[in-house]
Amino acid sequence: MKKTLLASALALSSLAMPVMAADYVIDTKGAHASINFKVKHLGYSWLTGRFNTFSGEFNYDEKQPEASKISVNIDTTSVDSNHAERDKHLRDSDFLDVKKFSTATFNSTKVTDLGNGKLAITGILSLQGIEKEITIDAKKIGEGKDPWGGYRAGFAGTTSIQMKDFGYKMDFGQIDFDLHIEGIKK
Amino acid sequence: MVFDNETKFGTVSKVFHWLSAIVILGLFAVGFWMVDLNYYSEWYRTAPYWHKSIGILLLGFTLARLLWKFITPSPKTLTTHTKLTQLATKLGHLALYSILLVILISGYLISTADGRAIEVFTWFEVMSLGELIANQEDVAGSIHKYAAYSLMAIVLIHILAALKHHFIDKDDTLRRMIK
Repeated sequence: MKKTLLASALALSSLAMPVMAADYVIDTKGAHASINFKVKHLGYSWLTGRFNTFSGEFNYDEKQPEASKISVNIDTTSVDSNHAERDKHLRDSDFLDVKKFSTATFNSTKVTDLGNGKLAITGILSLQGIEKEITIDAKKIGEGKDPWGGYRAGFAGTTSIQMKDFGYKMDFGQIDFDLHIEGIKK
Repeated sequence: MVFDNETKFGTVSKVFHWLSAIVILGLFAVGFWMVDLNYYSEWYRTAPYWHKSIGILLLGFTLARLLWKFITPSPKTLTTHTKLTQLATKLGHLALYSILLVILISGYLISTADGRAIEVFTWFEVMSLGELIANQEDVAGSIHKYAAYSLMAIVLIHILAALKHHFIDKDDTLRRMIK
């Protein structure tokens, strides 16, 4: 009797707490997140820039990383390469065409656990209205309580796209992304 | 004859007018062409550099021109012109000057939106006033573009009007800016 009780209690508890996945909001308010990119300039050096405005959420559980999800919306008008004339050009129809496509999105479809906190996050990137599957090589940097009563988890990731895949009139080859996000548990 | 008199424009006014005409048409043509240049074109850097340098010089030239216009007497309106023609002429010239200033100032605001100065050839730099409004380069860029198209439309009317006075009305309107 005792044995069955214990067994059913165990079974119940495992049912009651299948996944303790938590929802996080990316801390763009405090700017503990950044979307950086770099493109080769003439093949001689890297030109770097970033998107200053974006928002997103993710869901993550250390014990079940493959159940994780992430979605991010990027305001393409916020592109910033530290040069007004170039940024104006990046926003026009040769590149981001922000009048037509003011938002880019990334929504994960599959997360593969590569061990050691490493994840391969596959998802759909929508840019200039073109949807393309990309994979972000991500790594968890850390998680835990913050000093102000909250709980945070942070990741870094890299991925790349080919400019020709997104219909850019000017093609400078590959764009590499350097991504950093910190989420605050909801 | 340096100054204008009651019936004719003087040398200074004529130089201001005709040099501005050539430079403005040139800047429009270069501007229209350079925005579609291929990145690997040899003009990709040179054309905007010249456009900006000459644009800043034209801004100074135009301010001097306006100063000249206000402190020296101008020829009287031809008496053969009707009241309506006189009013249209006034408004047309006002539009030409004000749209030109809008183009020159908005052009300056594009390139200086990030705090960078504009280098005028290798002679001197015009400092930036910083970012005065949000998305300054985009807002100023749109204004620069549409104001330039508007100016060209009014320039066309200006030219047609001058030719009309010369060939149809056979009055002195164009002649006194040439001779």
